[in-house]
Amino acid sequence: MTWLDMVIQGGIWALEILAIVVPVALSVAYITYAERRIIGWIQVRQGCNRVGPFGLLQPLADGLKLFLKETIIPTNANKFLFVAAPVMALMPALLAFAVVPFGETTLFGLWETAHVMAIANLNVGVLYVMAISSLSIYGILMAGWASNSKYALIGAIRSTSQMISYEISMGFSIVCVLILSGSLGLTDIVHGQEGGLLHWYFIPLFPMFIVFFISGAAETNRSPFDLPEGEAELVAGFFVEYSGMWFATFSLAEYGAMILISLMTSIMFLGGWYPPFEFLGFIPGTVWLLAKAFFLVFVFIWFRATFPRYRYDQLMRLGWKVFLPWTMAWIAVVGFATYAGDLSENLSFISDAIGFYQPWR
Amino acid sequence: MLETTFFYLFGGLAVFAALGVILSKNTMYSVMWLILCFFNASGLFFLLDAEFLGVILVLIYVGAVMVLFMFVVMMIEVNQAAKREGWLQYLPVGGMIALILFIELVAASTSGVFTTGDMAMTGHIGAEVNNTVEIGKVLYTKYLLGFEIAAIILLVALIGAIVLTLRERKDAKYQNISKQVNVRKEDRLTKVSM
Repeated sequence: MTWLDMVIQGGIWALEILAIVVPVALSVAYITYAERRIIGWIQVRQGCNRVGPFGLLQPLADGLKLFLKETIIPTNANKFLFVAAPVMALMPALLAFAVVPFGETTLFGLWETAHVMAIANLNVGVLYVMAISSLSIYGILMAGWASNSKYALIGAIRSTSQMISYEISMGFSIVCVLILSGSLGLTDIVHGQEGGLLHWYFIPLFPMFIVFFISGAAETNRSPFDLPEGEAELVAGFFVEYSGMWFATFSLAEYGAMILISLMTSIMFLGGWYPPFEFLGFIPGTVWLLAKAFFLVFVFIWFRATFPRYRYDQLMRLGWKVFLPWTMAWIAVVGFATYAGDLSENLSFISDAIGFYQPWR
Repeated sequence: MLETTFFYLFGGLAVFAALGVILSKNTMYSVMWLILCFFNASGLFFLLDAEFLGVILVLIYVGAVMVLFMFVVMMIEVNQAAKREGWLQYLPVGGMIALILFIELVAASTSGVFTTGDMAMTGHIGAEVNNTVEIGKVLYTKYLLGFEIAAIILLVALIGAIVLTLRERKDAKYQNISKQVNVRKEDRLTKVSM
């Protein structure tokens, strides 16, 4: 490999990364707008409608305002970690997008075979997303500790225990998906759901679909699980001392994680880039995937407008006493169903039924 | 060539981070250096095509174990001066371990087992071999007994930790949700004839 090849390869990688990061940042900006408009609509009021037509320039105005604000670093704060924490929070939220397959394309017939639209088509994609998204804890912990404020510290500790608790049920619900797909690669998981609505994994794994999505809401500190922010008792939780752009970076990370959870739910349970019915196949797969993901983002916002915040012990109860036994039981159910046919001939109808979702077996 | 560059990058950073762990004065920084060290170790696994091990290293050690480390470090106040005291006392034992490890490493690297030729031979197999599947096959057949024993040990440790820390508090009030949901009007309201 010559130097020129390496430079070209590096340029292609940079373009691929930009092609994902820029849309993510833009959609984060407009999700904040959508959130305010949708909640306004649900609560029978206007929402932001002043800047530009229908208030569409509001995110830009907000961004400008945050950019021009002074960043205040509290006295006795650990300066280095205080500044590094928002970056540490944002990095994993963006890194995880590297393995998300956004669809398959032949580039208008230029390529012979369909290529997967992902920066890295890793064959342990699911584990990678789990590993990277668990890193976002560090940004929060560091922010809480470095601020030298008791509210921030309590917020950080709450957030961490919440994320650790819900990661477990999330992981177990993913195990059910893996039993059906037989692969850790996100592309293979989507391929396993080819063939319309009935093949999607949310039908055999409906409880897991619910558990995964709600755990995702808890994982990203979204309402009704936004205890770390708990305005009523903690002012704003771990980022109480932050202002200006550093504050905005935390929001960027939070909304980025929300998009990621929505994309992962669509990929693992809602058939990824496949249309629900064959006759709708003329719409490109990427449009389907994004439509599903943004519907789920809408559901997140809907949650926020509908449910009051959980109390801390209720949150822990839901995670450990409800979701965890459910997911473990469902692993047993799916696992038993998969091998029921081997146990006895009379039970083979069970494994035939589950075999509908396991074409690779 | 790119691979060699990345190997030296990950390896060098891992050693540098490991030095940072023991040399930094602030315990919080030590924890962070250790995280960086784990990352680079997982990068080395990726270079060996062992992406399952690499991701698991990040998931378990960085995602779970180090979070608990950080929790503990945040909660306890470490006296900076006291930490430096008495290092002479531990020097003989520590120095001995360091010396033995050093001799072992030198012996291993000069023994000829890890000569460059052999290392290159064990290189890349091909995309059709999925190392997650291969590890699973070996783990659940050849090493099943060891795997199950490890699982039992972990289970015992888990139960032990719960037993050690669980204490019933008589003065605390607990919410019984099924009881709350199942409550009827008759349970709360009684009609009193005046």
